[in-house]
Amino acid sequence: MSIGQAGLYFFMIVGGISATAILFTRNIFRAVLMLLATLLSTAAIYILLGAEFVGITQILVYAGGVVILLIFGIMLTSRLSNKPLNISSHNLAGGLIGSLSLLALLIFCYQDLNTVYPSGIITYPAIGISLLTDFAAPFEFSAILLLISLAGAAIIAATNFRRHEP
Amino acid sequence: MSPDALLYFAAWIFCVGICLVIVKRNTLLMLVGTELMLNAANVNLVYFNSRSSLPDGAMFAVFVIVVAVCEAAVGLAIMMRVYHFYQTSLPDQISELRERT
Repeated sequence: MSIGQAGLYFFMIVGGISATAILFTRNIFRAVLMLLATLLSTAAIYILLGAEFVGITQILVYAGGVVILLIFGIMLTSRLSNKPLNISSHNLAGGLIGSLSLLALLIFCYQDLNTVYPSGIITYPAIGISLLTDFAAPFEFSAILLLISLAGAAIIAATNFRRHEP
Repeated sequence: MSPDALLYFAAWIFCVGICLVIVKRNTLLMLVGTELMLNAANVNLVYFNSRSSLPDGAMFAVFVIVVAVCEAAVGLAIMMRVYHFYQTSLPDQISELRERT
């Protein structure tokens, strides 16, 4: 077993354990930190698979952006009411049955899948060229989508509506 | 080593995300569940793409990441607005549109 395969296994175990821990933790802040651990180990898996660009984007966008946004959300919503956030569970049976049956179905479907060990590595010049030639339209559309949704999120979060009077 | 382990890893992450969305009573943790599901889909994209020399799957993964960021930003903004309006973060208590029986 080479170092790359060992690293792949290590990060898979870390990511799986921290993702499972989100289900069981009672503290919402810890849940978001577990999410951060999962996302970082997934980024390491991307880099070990040869997709360095995706891994670095994952670290920049998820670890730097989404997790910070979620922590902001926790801080703002728990400051409004001085009671702790409720993260209790419900529908336990339905959730377990649904997710475990989906897992069993996926594992069943993976049984007769012929795969070889990945070998290719995606270089930065190839990514840059394909971003500006083959994927130019999705690139521009995603830029516009990002601009619109971030501006819209700021407007939705900042506007002061009158409080709801039942 | 069978690289299929990565497929099982992605399936496990996806199922944990679905379980979070169904089971948890907090809107923030449901958002975390959707992020986990998108992430699992990305793992599959990158894994299958790593067998070819074309960067198509990696590009698609990058676009999925961009859309996931948009979804998280808009979702959190709506969550804050709903929290201000109803003073609760439990989706079960936001039942204004429900038919009264």
